[in-house]
Amino acid sequence: MMPPPVPPSSMSSGPPSITFIGTIWRWLLGFTVVARVRGLAMGTVSWGRAMVTAVPFLWLALFFGLPFLVVLKISFSEAVIAQPPYTPLLTWADDGIMVLRVNFQNYLLLVQDSLYWMAYLNSVRLAAMATAICLLLGYPMAYAIAKAKASFRVPLLMLIILPFWTSFLIRVYAWIGILKNNGLLNNLLIWLGVIDQPLPFMHTDFSVLVGIVYSYLPFMVLPLFATLSRMDESLLEAAADLGCRPGKAFLSITLPLSMSGVVAGSMLVFIPAVGEFVIPDLLGGPNTLMIGKVLWTEFFSNKDWPVASAVAVATLLLLVVPLVWFQKAQEESTKKVEELV
Amino acid sequence: MRRWRSFALFTVLAFGYAFLYVPILSLIVYSFNESRLVTVWAGFSTKWYGVLLENDQILSAAWLSLKIAVMNACGAVVLGALAGLVLARFGRFRGRTAFTTLITAPLVMPEVIIGLSLLMLFVALQNLIGWPETRGMTTITIAHLTFSTAYVTVVIQSRLSQMDVSIEEAALDLGAKPAKVFFVITVPVIAPALVAGWLLAFTLSLDDLVIASFVSGPGASTLPMVVYSSVRLGVSPQINALATIIVCIVTVAILIAGFIMHRQEKQRLDA
Repeated sequence: MMPPPVPPSSMSSGPPSITFIGTIWRWLLGFTVVARVRGLAMGTVSWGRAMVTAVPFLWLALFFGLPFLVVLKISFSEAVIAQPPYTPLLTWADDGIMVLRVNFQNYLLLVQDSLYWMAYLNSVRLAAMATAICLLLGYPMAYAIAKAKASFRVPLLMLIILPFWTSFLIRVYAWIGILKNNGLLNNLLIWLGVIDQPLPFMHTDFSVLVGIVYSYLPFMVLPLFATLSRMDESLLEAAADLGCRPGKAFLSITLPLSMSGVVAGSMLVFIPAVGEFVIPDLLGGPNTLMIGKVLWTEFFSNKDWPVASAVAVATLLLLVVPLVWFQKAQEESTKKVEELV
Repeated sequence: MRRWRSFALFTVLAFGYAFLYVPILSLIVYSFNESRLVTVWAGFSTKWYGVLLENDQILSAAWLSLKIAVMNACGAVVLGALAGLVLARFGRFRGRTAFTTLITAPLVMPEVIIGLSLLMLFVALQNLIGWPETRGMTTITIAHLTFSTAYVTVVIQSRLSQMDVSIEEAALDLGAKPAKVFFVITVPVIAPALVAGWLLAFTLSLDDLVIASFVSGPGASTLPMVVYSSVRLGVSPQINALATIIVCIVTVAILIAGFIMHRQEKQRLDA
């Protein structure tokens, strides 16, 4: 009689975790890949096309999709002082049975400790406020650029894009020099006689908001400009001919037609702003905690990989709705382009 | 009424541009400040540029960042051109939604999440198959390629969908192989988008602090990582000098690109 195969204990963490990830992964990617392979076998899909699709697809699947599953897995493990610093989910017990140990402690911590709650709420609040300000400032800017003379349009757009090409970190750093107690803004206000004591601009919600609006404003203006400049002018002329006032024409024609730009721009600002690290770290203070900074601290200072992973998973869940929304707006705008072409 | 409206628009535009440019101008002005205190003017001086050029840590970090940025830009243009071709030309196919999700999600995904998850992947791979042996230039380049491909794809895709398809169709009708059509007809037409995509990927890589901090290993510090650790200690005129150099290079590059594009456009109109 053969004894049941007992895997050596040194192999414990390896193979089972491949199967764990593999199962979910096959499930997620399976349909696509199977359909492709079947198409190739039946001759309905050409090899050239399949290769062109496969290279970027597999790259992003491996380095963008797969990592989220790894993070999901680690978020259910326990932190230990080891290399790597977390426990495996699946282990082989001595009698050859596979044991699945799922640890919900990390998520429990996120619910129970008010630090995480506050950071989440604060991130969403600041990102939403910054998005609203970006929209209020960016919409008229995009509108003015779209309505400008053709020869002015390219330089004006260039000037919107130019700051984006210079270092983001250094542009945020510039605001420290402006907002700090003996900075340019306080010096200017004192010189003008508006105040006699420097106002504490730094390390407040205000400084973080300024930083986010400043850094993400181009991301709002560009999609808005794209939809506004593509708009059919004859609609507005028709409305004016029929006696519609400009204000009403704007509200009932221009604004609804530019909605996909509004959504795309808002999501391009809101989603990354929720997870922003550099701005709250350099311009914020202890009271302007944001979730990106909490994740960074859990990882780099506390070296707690499972909790950092749980924070990442929870942030991602928070962002699923806006992400889907963004995706829809993006598809709509490409569809519109295709219809025009 | 009309005049009032255009005046209001002009005011918003002026305010918006001032908001975008005052911080950059203040950096440039104070890089020529004699004083160590960034906001107290003590006379004109270029001494901080000298100090910067003797700072070995910043120079070696800048060299590493440049190497990563060039490799990343070249790779991202190849991957982005392939992905852009799929999105612009292949129409609807099974898995298109999965494909577009993988392409557009990196555009908005918070950097801390991309960085953390990629590091977790690298560590898991290292335990399973022993690769990557160390973290540093290779892992940073892979990480940058992953998120900058998305941006390049968007740029190339929009150029491809504006392009006149009939030239490609004519070549195909005359019996040219799809690969030949792509290299002989499509690539020259979308060349400006390829250059723009290359530059975009180059800057994105040169600019990234968060993702590089996660996936880098001991001894591999990129320029933003060195700048960040020095900025955390307080404002420093050396960083202002560095910022001024970057702004100058970018402005010159954009002026040259604008000039070339303007000339090409003129030639096209004359012809």
